[in-house]
Amino acid sequence: MVTVARPATAADAAWYSIERQGDTLRLVVGGFWIISEARRLDPGLRALDAAGAARVEIDCGALGRLDTVGAWLLLRTKRILEHRGLVVQPVNVRSEYRALVHTIDTECRAPAVELPPRHRFTAHLERLGRGLSHALHQGYELVGFFGLIVSETIATVVQPRRLRVAALVHQMEETGLNALPIVGLLSFLIGVVVAYQGADQLRQFGAEVFTVNLLGVGILRELGGLMAAIIVAGRSGSAFTAQIGTMKVSEELDAIQVSGLNTVEVLVLPRLLGIMLTLPLLTFYSNAMGLIGGAVMCYFDLHITIPVFLHQLRSAVVGWTFWVGLIKAPVFAFIIALVGCHQGFKVERNASSVGRHTTQAVVESIFLVIVADAAFSISFSRLGI
Amino acid sequence: MSAAAAAPAVIRVQGLVTRLGGRVLHDHIDLEVFQSEVLGVVGGSGSGKSVLLRSIIGLQQPTAGTIEVLGQNIADLDGDELVRMQIRWGVLFQDGALFGDQTVAENVQIPLREHTDVPQQLMDEVASVKLSMVGLPPDAAGKYPAELSGGMRKRAGLARALALDPELLFLDEPTAGLDPISAAQFDELVRDLQRSLRLTVFMVTHDIDTLRATTDRIAVLVDSRITIGTIASLRDDPNPWIHEYFAGVRGRAALAT
Repeated sequence: MVTVARPATAADAAWYSIERQGDTLRLVVGGFWIISEARRLDPGLRALDAAGAARVEIDCGALGRLDTVGAWLLLRTKRILEHRGLVVQPVNVRSEYRALVHTIDTECRAPAVELPPRHRFTAHLERLGRGLSHALHQGYELVGFFGLIVSETIATVVQPRRLRVAALVHQMEETGLNALPIVGLLSFLIGVVVAYQGADQLRQFGAEVFTVNLLGVGILRELGGLMAAIIVAGRSGSAFTAQIGTMKVSEELDAIQVSGLNTVEVLVLPRLLGIMLTLPLLTFYSNAMGLIGGAVMCYFDLHITIPVFLHQLRSAVVGWTFWVGLIKAPVFAFIIALVGCHQGFKVERNASSVGRHTTQAVVESIFLVIVADAAFSISFSRLGI
Repeated sequence: MSAAAAAPAVIRVQGLVTRLGGRVLHDHIDLEVFQSEVLGVVGGSGSGKSVLLRSIIGLQQPTAGTIEVLGQNIADLDGDELVRMQIRWGVLFQDGALFGDQTVAENVQIPLREHTDVPQQLMDEVASVKLSMVGLPPDAAGKYPAELSGGMRKRAGLARALALDPELLFLDEPTAGLDPISAAQFDELVRDLQRSLRLTVFMVTHDIDTLRATTDRIAVLVDSRITIGTIASLRDDPNPWIHEYFAGVRGRAALAT
C-alpha cells in the first residue's frame, strides 16, 4: 500500500495514511497540503490502491494548511476513486478552506483538454512547408506592392503637384545626409582591408602596384555600391518599416485613409524617391572614401605615393568601370524602399509585430540587394562591360 | 471598516514621495492595506495611481518614503529575498501582459516551472484548474494570447497571477477596455476569488461600478495626496474632484442601483 508518511524532521510536512474498516477505506491526510509538497504526494495519490473497499472517507481533521494545489489533489483523488465506482464522502475541510474546495469542485468540471501530440518528423516537415509557402506568398505580395508603387509613381510623374516636396527633402536628409558618417567610415575601412589583403598576396609576385588596380576595380564596380546599399538597408529600410508599422499600430494609417489622403502617395513616394536620389550620391561618396582608405594603406604599407596611385588608378579604371557601380544604386534603392515600406504595411496591430517585420525587412532587402547585384554582375559580363 | 482595521496591515506605505520628470506625483502619502480586504485606488488620468502600484511592487524607485509589504521593506530586498517576496504576490497588468509566444497554459505554468518542483502532469492539471477558476473554457488552454479577446486575456493574466497561490493580488485597471457585461463578470470573479483564496487585493481602477461591486475601502489619489474612505463617506468629501467623482452624474447613476 502506498502512503506518504510524515518525515520526522519537518513538523508541517504533508502526509497521508490509509486505514481499513470493513469495506470502508479511510484516507487520513494531515500537514500542510501546499504546492511545495505536491511532488511527494502526487504519484501515490494517483495510484491509490483501494481494492476491496466500497466506501471511502477522506479525513481532513489533521490538515494544517491547504492551497489550490493541495485542494486539487484531494478532489482529484476523490474523483479518481469515484470513477472506479466507489462511494466517496464529500471532502470535509476546516471552514476557512471550504470556499476554496467548493470553488475548485464546482468550477473544474470539464475534463482537461488533451493537446495533440506532435511527431518530430512531421513537425519539421510542417515547418518546412510553412516556411516555403510563406516565402512564396511574400514574393507574390511583393510583386503586387511593386505594381501599386509603379502605378502611383507614374501618376505622380504625370501630375507632379502630387509630390510632397517637404517630405521628400526630409527623407533625403534622413537617409542620405545623416548616413554620411557611417558610410564614410565603413567604406574607408573596407578600402584599407582590401588594399592590405591585396598587397599581401600580390607582393609574392612582385606586383604590389597592381593593388591599385584591385582597389579601383573592386571598389568602384562592387564594394562601394554594395556597402552603401547594405548600410542604407540596415539604417533606412528598417526605419521605413518601423515608422509605417508604428503608424499602423496607432491607427494613424487609418486616419490618413479616412481623411481622403493616399497612404502610398503620402508615405511611400517621398521615401522611395528620396532614397533613389540619395543612394547614387552615397555610392559615389562611398567609392571615394574606399579609394582614399586604399590610398592611405598603399602609402604606408607599399610606399606608393599619391601621384603614382592616381596614375595607376587612371590606367586601371577604364570604360564603364565607374558607371557600372553607379547604375546599380537606384535599383538597390528601389528594392530597399519597396521591401521596407511593404513590411511596414504588413505590420499587425500589436507592438511585437513591428519588431518582427523590421527584422524581416532588413534581412529581405539585403538578400534581394545581393541577388540583384549578382544578376548585374552576370549581365555586365555577358555584355562585356 | 472596523473589521478590516483589526487585521494586520499587509501593505504599509509611509511618507511616499514620487517625483517624475519634475512633477510631484505623490506628496508624502500614507496608506495601509489590511489582510483580506479589497482596496480600490482611484484618481484622474495621470494622477499616479499606476505609479503607486509600480512603487509598491518595486518596479519604480520612490523619491522618498518607505514601503513595507508583508512586513518587509521593499527597498531593502534584493536577490533571493526579493524573489521570495515576489512569489507571495501576483500582479495582473492592464492588458494581461501574457507572453505572446507561449500558449495560455504555458503562460500559467511559467511561475510553477520557475519556482516549484511540481511534476509536469500535475502542472498541466494545476494550469487547467487555475484557468477554470478564472472562468476560461478548457479549449483556451492551448490558444495563444493573440487568439483571445481582451476579457479572456485578462482572465488568463489573472490565472497566471494566481498560479502560486499568492497572498496579495495587484490589479491594474482590471476592467478597462471591457464591455460592461464582461466588466461586471470580472468584478464578480475577483470578489469570488478573493473570498475563496482569502486574498488581499490592491486594485487600481477608473470604474465606479467596479469600486461598488468589489472594494471594501477606497483610496482616492488627488492633488498628490490620498483620501481614504468608503463610497458613502467619500460622497460628502469637501474636495471638489472627489465629490464630483462619487456624486456626479456617472457616480450617482452607478451607485443608485
